[in-house]
Amino acid sequence: MKIGLIAEVSLALLTARLKQTLIAAIGVTFSITMFIALLSFMAGLNDLLDNLILNRTPHVRLYNEILPSPVQPIERSGSYPGAYHFIRHVKPKSELPEIKNSAAIIQALKKDPRVLGFAPKTTLPIFYNVGSINLTGMINGIEVDAENRLFTFQDYVVGGQTNDLKNTPNSIILGIGAAKKMLVQRGDIIQVTTAEGVRFQLKVVGFFQSGIEEIDKVQSYTTLATSRKMLGKPAGYITDLQIKLKDIALAPKAAQEYHHLFGTEAIDIQTANAQFETGSSVRTLISYAVGITLLIVAGFGIYNILNMMIYEKMDSIAILKAMGFSGRDVNAIFITIALTIGLAGGALGLVLGLGLSALIGQIPFNTPSLPTVETYPINYNPNFYIIGAVFSIITTYLAGYLPSRKAGKIDPVDIIRGK
Amino acid sequence: MESKKVIEAKGISKSFYDPILVKVLNDVTFAIHAGEFVSIMGKSGCGKSTLLYILSTMDTQYEGELLLDGTRMKDKSDADLAHVRNEKIGFVFQFHYLLNEFDNLHNVMLPGLKLGKHSKKEIEQKAYEKLKILGIEKEALKYPNQLSGGQKQRVAIARALINDPLIIMGDEPTGNLDKANSDIVFNIFKELAEEYHQSLLIVTHDQDFAANTQRTIIMEDGKILNTKD
Ligand SMILES: Nc1ncnc2c1ncn2[C@@H]1O[C@H](COP(=O)(O)OP(=O)(O)OP(=O)(O)O)[C@@H](O)[C@H]1O
Ligand SMILES: [Mg+2]
Repeated sequence: MKIGLIAEVSLALLTARLKQTLIAAIGVTFSITMFIALLSFMAGLNDLLDNLILNRTPHVRLYNEILPSPVQPIERSGSYPGAYHFIRHVKPKSELPEIKNSAAIIQALKKDPRVLGFAPKTTLPIFYNVGSINLTGMINGIEVDAENRLFTFQDYVVGGQTNDLKNTPNSIILGIGAAKKMLVQRGDIIQVTTAEGVRFQLKVVGFFQSGIEEIDKVQSYTTLATSRKMLGKPAGYITDLQIKLKDIALAPKAAQEYHHLFGTEAIDIQTANAQFETGSSVRTLISYAVGITLLIVAGFGIYNILNMMIYEKMDSIAILKAMGFSGRDVNAIFITIALTIGLAGGALGLVLGLGLSALIGQIPFNTPSLPTVETYPINYNPNFYIIGAVFSIITTYLAGYLPSRKAGKIDPVDIIRGK
Repeated sequence: MESKKVIEAKGISKSFYDPILVKVLNDVTFAIHAGEFVSIMGKSGCGKSTLLYILSTMDTQYEGELLLDGTRMKDKSDADLAHVRNEKIGFVFQFHYLLNEFDNLHNVMLPGLKLGKHSKKEIEQKAYEKLKILGIEKEALKYPNQLSGGQKQRVAIARALINDPLIIMGDEPTGNLDKANSDIVFNIFKELAEEYHQSLLIVTHDQDFAANTQRTIIMEDGKILNTKD
């Protein structure tokens, strides 16, 4: 088959119906533009929402839970084999959720090639003293540099520097929700009471804003050293080890391994935040569904124009066949027309989609719960463009398939006899 | 001297079921030799067009045998038949069927481009020659809708000639033309037959036209009644 000739005839038929062709192509352009913009925006939003959690969440967290003894004394007795024991009276031991032997664990983690980094932490429940009222709170003693590096801690600190926490003794980065209730400004001294009843005075060097109100009302940050001082614990005391892995997919396996190896509880990010994955995939699914719906509508546009063209060009098709074009050639001519509309419309759609995404990315988006975000988030994933291009070709091919087949099957005798 | 047969029809019959069975062609047998100028005449509805569509391989629903250039046409695929039409048959209809999207030169070139035996330049050259034979080379770069009816029909004849076909078939090619234009077209056919030894098979209602051809096949009710030399 002579592709050049087929293309030439296709182009001639196409330009003869330029207006309708353009409208059909604009349909494709519109749907691809929306498809790209929608997916880029949705993915940007997904990233934003996921990062809100994922950035702040360690891939594996080691901690100790206060649990009752898993083996109750009666179970040690051999007198009642196979019996059901309902006497359970041994309560949890009085101990803090300390990770024991933390120095050895840290050594082991440093050697583990899967580990990107880790940040030790102590948590202690406290009360913020506001006049005569006490607000419950939680202080996290952190290693500032590690938190910054692994969990972008600085992004969530407003009105202050994380370094001030390191450099100012007895300082605190106060949750912004708590700060509002306490009417506190930077530089003020606040008073907190620990669970043991010890009072401490801490200087506010900044505010913590995670975007999740429930957290911001409760959580505050000090250095590890300050928190240990408040607890009266020696250096080396930690309650949490937050581990970031090089590959997030390894988290469940690593968590299990650490649980056995270190004898602590270990939870992986997938288990801790299963609902976020679901939310993301549903949003993505909706975007694809809308995009594909638009494309199908555009496909009907192409189907229509081709049917109209074939109806109008019956004579031309008949004479082409009479002069020696086979059914397959005629079929190819109309498929070429369909694909030309699809390709031209689709390519323009990709460009406009990029433009529209960029435009959306310029729209200011200020929300107090997301301090680092200033404009709508856009994910410029090249895959969306590849998918858009492939979809536009597939839909135009499918839209062109039936009309083209019909054109290929036209019997020239029927047309010529009708004249 | 017996020259070779370009078309040979052996007992061709065709029926339509619409809604009752009507036999339109009944055992039609004849042959056309190379270089012959033959006309077909007959009353309206006697099956002339139907016969021509079968001879041109566009209609494959018939009984009997059709040989083109000595080759059986039965059992050939759609694509093979298309190739035969492209290479060996030039068709001229009552209506010109020119493509308005192409200029006249390109309309003439199309079957040549489809055949692909020569380069585009050579085909263009040939198309000019054919237009010259028909005396309308001046209209080459115009579009079909800028021509008169007679001129259009001449472009259509040039298109039929482009691949130097084995035979030219015409279904009332002068049917839409006035007397003057009919004469021009007839003279062109005659010139083709005499100077270029082109075989021609032309269906016509025009008594004068038929009288001037070498042989006239007269049909009636789907049969060949007689043949006049
Ligand atoms: N598709 C069809 N279905 C049923 N009958 C048909 C069909 N096509 C043609 N016929 C019949 O076949 C017969 C021959 O038709 P054909 O067109 O060959 O006649 P013709 O000799 O060319 O006539 P004219 O001189 O008017 O062109 C007519 O009686 C016509 O009614
Ligand atoms: Mg007829």
